[in-house]
Amino acid sequence: MKIGIVVFPGSNCDHDCAYVFKDVLGQSVEMIWHKATLLAGLDAIVLPGGFSYGDYLRTGAIARFSPVMGAVRAFAEKGGLVIGICNGFQILLEAGLLPGVMLRNTSLNFICKDVYVKVENAATRFTHCCESGRVLRIPIAHADGNYYTDPVTLGGIKANAQVIFRYCTADGKVTPAANPNGSLDNIAGIMNADGNVLGMMPHPERSAESVLGNEDGRLIFLSMLSAFGTSEIQAGLVGA
Amino acid sequence: MKAKIHVTLKQGILDPQGKAIEHALDSLGFNHASNVRVGKYMEVDLDETDRAKADAQVKRMCEQLLANTVIEEYRYDLQ
Repeated sequence: MKIGIVVFPGSNCDHDCAYVFKDVLGQSVEMIWHKATLLAGLDAIVLPGGFSYGDYLRTGAIARFSPVMGAVRAFAEKGGLVIGICNGFQILLEAGLLPGVMLRNTSLNFICKDVYVKVENAATRFTHCCESGRVLRIPIAHADGNYYTDPVTLGGIKANAQVIFRYCTADGKVTPAANPNGSLDNIAGIMNADGNVLGMMPHPERSAESVLGNEDGRLIFLSMLSAFGTSEIQAGLVGA
Repeated sequence: MKAKIHVTLKQGILDPQGKAIEHALDSLGFNHASNVRVGKYMEVDLDETDRAKADAQVKRMCEQLLANTVIEEYRYDLQ
């Protein structure tokens, strides 16, 4: 599987994502500078975390006009797998590839810590290596992760099972106390209606290797790989 | 022509910064200050003398980039 990782000015999780796909999972990776306008031969695209364009104006608001975003949109419209993590999620929202917006965290703090998220829909190309209701421990690191959308859109994405992750307690209870940033309905990650574009605030690339003490995030990447028929043996996992 | 643009959160959208400022004002003794809302102010010079065209341009700027109309509203003056 060949993964394209978009690098915006200010991206800072791009190499972490490349490391996971290449060194941990044995896949082919191409770094894509944001000025690229043609994307060829890719099976999936990652919009990584960071602070694209310094978060000026609003998070993701300027990155969405980067030249590469036209190609990302075309790739997504043809059904290509796109995952946006943290700032990548914010960019997907601003670009309108996913519905809603991010507000400042209710605490006003930049929050960097492990959180628990519940897999609300395990029948997706990003989560099918998890069982439904599975609780994942994955770190967040953001100041603007307070998901918001209008009631009609919220009703639509819930009815359509597009809410993929919700903040929860360690034992899987979705409670206000388990919500780190004030997100509407504890939403931590959503998918588009076609099921090929995912945005999530937690950073699975920071929890994808046993040496880091946590491999929960790896399930997201393994799901993407197996959606392409790449087995764990091909992914270099057996005996690793 | 110069556009002076204000972008603010819509009524009903939670404004955590406004709330924090309101609490700070309260602790300073401004007990009658309420409903503090934080917004953005931008100035843009336009190479345009036709007011209607300038107006249309600024409106497009606001809709496409300067405001996210899901949560924000905008208003502007042309001078």
